[in-house]
Amino acid sequence: MRSVANNTKIKNKMKLQLPSLSVNEGMARAAVAAFCAQLDPGATDIADIKCAVSEAVTNCIVHAYRNTFGVIYITVTLYEDKLCKIEIRDRGCGIPDVREARQPLFTTDAEGERSGMGFTVMESFTDGIRVRSKVGAGTTVTLLKRIGSKN
Amino acid sequence: MIKTSGKLTHTLEGGRLTLKPTGEIDHHSAVALREEADALIYRTHPEVLAIDLSSIEFMDSSGLGFIMGRYKLARTLNCKTVIKNPGVRVSKILALAGMERIIKTERDQK
Repeated sequence: MRSVANNTKIKNKMKLQLPSLSVNEGMARAAVAAFCAQLDPGATDIADIKCAVSEAVTNCIVHAYRNTFGVIYITVTLYEDKLCKIEIRDRGCGIPDVREARQPLFTTDAEGERSGMGFTVMESFTDGIRVRSKVGAGTTVTLLKRIGSKN
Repeated sequence: MIKTSGKLTHTLEGGRLTLKPTGEIDHHSAVALREEADALIYRTHPEVLAIDLSSIEFMDSSGLGFIMGRYKLARTLNCKTVIKNPGVRVSKILALAGMERIIKTERDQK
């Protein structure tokens, strides 16, 4: 994952907290996309962001807070050089093996008709993804999207 | 306006059941879509199940799960599944999962 250069100025920042209700998936992706609109993205950039955010938030609901409820913390930072950083954090169960979880078609919830393509979609539609997780403590997914890049 | 649910319309013509979800397919809306679709498939017992994706405004990987689930159900009923007219965005996601290698995709000429 490309790191954000220290000298890049922050243009704007948003924090959002939502309970892990599936009805909030649409809310979360729409809110993040609306905030990122300040960087003057094209239709493809917006669609990419919406889809990647939807995957990360769905993971919180389906996996992190499976059989329970919790809070999903979303932080969006917009930088002067048209980069946006989207952090999606939960205090859920955590992922024992992140490398395995990121494999295409890997799922722990086949009965729920999860395709196992969530991380693959996030990787394909952004310019960088970092996953930090600790079992019992939670997971943070950081997505980087450079507006106007051809990905 | 934030639309949080998908809707399903259907047509039945000579053993071919066409399911046309509209709006947004995500994990939230897929639950209701799945129930409605399966009830229709069981009731009509089609020879061909066509999933028309031309009116989808948003779809994430939950849509892949929805399509694969219906494909698997149809297969148990000896029914063939086809995908119809996916848009550019939906096609991208289908391609990520290699869906077009499993389920035939039909595109009508415009």
